[in-house]
Amino acid sequence: MGGKLLASSQPEPPLSDIATSAAHGEDSPYFAGWKAYDEDPYDPVTNPSGVIQMGLAENQVSFDLLETYLREHPEASDCGVGFRENALFQDYHGLKSFRMAMASFMETIRGGKVKFDPDRIVLTAGATAANELLTFILANPGDALLVPTPYYPGFDRDLRWRTGVNIVPVHCCSDTGFQVTAGALQAAYDAAVAAGTRVRGVLLTNPSNPLGTTIKRAVLKGVVDFVARHNIHLISDEIYSGSVFAADDEPGFVSVAELVDGDDLGVASRVHVVYSLSKDLGLPGFRVGVVYSRNDAVVAPRGAYAAHARRDARRRAFAAAYVRANRARLRERHGHVVAGLRRAGVSCLRGGNAGLFVWVDMRPLLDEATVAGELRLWRRVVAEAKLNISPGSSCHCSEPGWFRVCFANMSLETLDVALQRLSCQRKLKLVGIRFKSSHKDGAASRLVIVQGKNYDLLDAATKFG
Amino acid sequence: MLNEIRVCDPSWLACEMDHLMNQPEPPLFGVVASLGRGGLVLGSLIPCALFYFLQLYIKRNRPPQSPPPPTRPGSPSSSAANATASPIHRSLSRGLLTPRAALPALSARGAVVRAGDEDSLYYAGLRRCADDLYHPVSNPDGFINLGIAENHLSLDLVGRWIEEHAGPALLEGMTEERDLTVRGLATYQPYDGILALKMALAGFMRQVMHESVSFDPSQMVITSGATPAMEILSFCLADPGNAFLVPSPYYPGWDRDIKWRTGVELIPVPCRSTDNFNISITALEIAYKQAKKRGIRVRGVLISNPSNPTGGIVPRETLHDLLEFVAEKNIHLISDEIFAGSTYGSDKFVSVADVANELEEYDKGRVHIIYGISKDLSLAGFRVGVIYSYNENIVAAAAKIARFSSVSTPTQRLLVSMLSDQKFISDYLRINRERLQKMYLLFVDALKQVGIECFKSSGGFYCWADMSKYIRSYSEKGERKLWDRLLEEAKVNVTPGSSCHCIEPGWFRCCFTTLSEQDITVLVERLRRVTDTHK
Repeated sequence: MGGKLLASSQPEPPLSDIATSAAHGEDSPYFAGWKAYDEDPYDPVTNPSGVIQMGLAENQVSFDLLETYLREHPEASDCGVGFRENALFQDYHGLKSFRMAMASFMETIRGGKVKFDPDRIVLTAGATAANELLTFILANPGDALLVPTPYYPGFDRDLRWRTGVNIVPVHCCSDTGFQVTAGALQAAYDAAVAAGTRVRGVLLTNPSNPLGTTIKRAVLKGVVDFVARHNIHLISDEIYSGSVFAADDEPGFVSVAELVDGDDLGVASRVHVVYSLSKDLGLPGFRVGVVYSRNDAVVAPRGAYAAHARRDARRRAFAAAYVRANRARLRERHGHVVAGLRRAGVSCLRGGNAGLFVWVDMRPLLDEATVAGELRLWRRVVAEAKLNISPGSSCHCSEPGWFRVCFANMSLETLDVALQRLSCQRKLKLVGIRFKSSHKDGAASRLVIVQGKNYDLLDAATKFG
Repeated sequence: MLNEIRVCDPSWLACEMDHLMNQPEPPLFGVVASLGRGGLVLGSLIPCALFYFLQLYIKRNRPPQSPPPPTRPGSPSSSAANATASPIHRSLSRGLLTPRAALPALSARGAVVRAGDEDSLYYAGLRRCADDLYHPVSNPDGFINLGIAENHLSLDLVGRWIEEHAGPALLEGMTEERDLTVRGLATYQPYDGILALKMALAGFMRQVMHESVSFDPSQMVITSGATPAMEILSFCLADPGNAFLVPSPYYPGWDRDIKWRTGVELIPVPCRSTDNFNISITALEIAYKQAKKRGIRVRGVLISNPSNPTGGIVPRETLHDLLEFVAEKNIHLISDEIFAGSTYGSDKFVSVADVANELEEYDKGRVHIIYGISKDLSLAGFRVGVIYSYNENIVAAAAKIARFSSVSTPTQRLLVSMLSDQKFISDYLRINRERLQKMYLLFVDALKQVGIECFKSSGGFYCWADMSKYIRSYSEKGERKLWDRLLEEAKVNVTPGSSCHCIEPGWFRCCFTTLSEQDITVLVERLRRVTDTHK
């Protein structure tokens, strides 16, 4: 029974608002830079003048440690044993054995200062899903979460898109090292209430993305007091908690879980922790995220605690060793980047002690201290120095001129190339040199025009730098 | 940059009304006062009337909220400093009795989710069985759970493949691309799935559907199971307050999977046993018009084929009529074909894709298919589902939302390897179908022994059994009583038709793929505890 139906001029049924909304945020500069990278990716051999990706917070410095572990412990990747358990329906919280391992790992990262109950862990497809899930549970459409700026650009999408929940930014500035103040929190809260918006909670990222710093204990305490006073929730995204490389004599990471550990349940139950293996273990491809809450309404605990973890001791030892080694490598990488940037005449936020990136102060390079000026500078860096760095405005930073620069997602050699390019561009800018508009063809994009003549970028830097 | 408030979300509105109603002063006080003496009567009458009608409307349309069970949060406090709002009632597992201030409430959505499951028999049965499951040797008196569609019949085949191939499979394909093997598994990949898996799944779906239709990998979005696939598709096709028409009986999970976070309604459109539970276009027409009268915008029709729970295969003509219906109304058609490879009857499965392809000048942009490996490949724990759409805008939107329900790269690589093993897949599909058929016939026969007739299924993991002769009062209540007897006396968990929105009492959905042949005898004896004692 084939044949013609209605005329093909019949319009397609419309899509939903969510499908057509721009709240996925992929039109922001944060993602535009990625597109530039996708179209012209750097490769040391095949495309040495391509765009170097410095906008992706991925940890590639410790892959070899993981590889060694997997090679020496092949049973770790073995699905054959316990296949039946893996194949059939699982508790949507996640495999018990995995939750136990995760709890143990989270404890290791916090130096054993706080205990995590595996039954209060819910596994999700990455921290992206964890943050969205908590937002769904804690806030209604139209409600708001307070989020200190600058913050991870992905939150605009993850917290708002499907949930219909708003973000009220809490502005922080460089004179306090971008640490959030009680005053700023209260001001944001009052503004929201005045606008008729109900504030349901505060979302912190600790260690901070994009700042690369840990939140000081006193500041954290202040936030906990604030949420208690206003009877709202606190979500602490601690996805970089295992990537803190502060020296032993410097202030390090304090988890909000540690802070409320001894408190009565009332306080502890308003605090929810988000975690993931994507950063600390460099395993974003595994899609492992965690929601941890001591609030029964948020995470319903599942029955008795049955202990049957296999290979637990060996895993713990590896985890501790991995975290130590990873920290050391990140510290070294971080130091290298900061020094390299300094040589290029660019400074970073003081106190950077965590994460996979640095928060770079390019305010002196702006033609004017506005978002437009920042974006102009950013476009120049992407087009001329061919570096995809993330402009502070995409992180809702209230001061133009700050940029997030990732340093762990590439080899050391590539990082040096990037630092050199930045240095060149700085030097050339100071001399007032114009760049030829970049072409897809690698060679042409390295040409600059100085005093009417064409020069290769590096030659010009040497000659005039 | 505040989002527009969604007024059409009833649960949100209900929450706001809670606020207003908890205010210390009557909210109209100010209105009345400002009107002055002269206009007092008229001025207060109209707003009062409106206000009370609004309250009435809200009360009637509020999501069902039973008096707070012990674990529900109290109603949202209207004042931040108010420490006397009712505390969250806590389960006694911790034994903490110190008085404490109220905790911040969950959202209305969170609260509904928390309370929702407790009413449904579908979930109640599963919970009841959970800690005391039947095992022929270690727990012969345990609950026989026929409530969940897991296929244990062919797990050995998949298990063996994994044991033999899993290691190399995980690392396969890495070495030629990059130096480090871990890099290929560990790094960020496209959230909507790696291309290799899309291609492999496209091939698998084609094979499962007997080569009747080709699937284009670029129209596919991979998600962590068919559950999120359905939810994501719903987010893309409908706004909160809109509805899908769903021929019933239908899969109980949809009430949760689709409605929870999207705010989309499901309108059951009953199919009748006298009609062989076939989808009736007339019934769809009527339901569409009724929805329109109630001011509800229907965005699509949702079917499962092979059907869950009946196991029937939707005839080609019906699919054609459905395509015509949705075209005429300019709405979408979603076909959940997750059991497409699990057919065993004489009826041949036909995909909606096949029928749509045959039609000239049909805009396929309204046709979407849900698929996954949980049923046909017995790999529910792997969490791999598929949205297949002919609408590039839907594919693009879904691909972005898939970030919230992405699949781990190791799992994807493993699956690519398995699906590429042509011999294994062909053998598996064939053997699995044979085993399904064998078990289905045994099961139907067993039920017949105790006087229970089954609907003639052709696919899926369920028997759709007519137990109406064993219910005392021909009503939902009577059906519930029987379900209860089966659960408590026979210790057999089946899914009552009411959970599937079946309007004819007495139908029960029974999964036959978790039992061995020996277990069937035990099942018959258990059922006799109820059927033999029926008067």
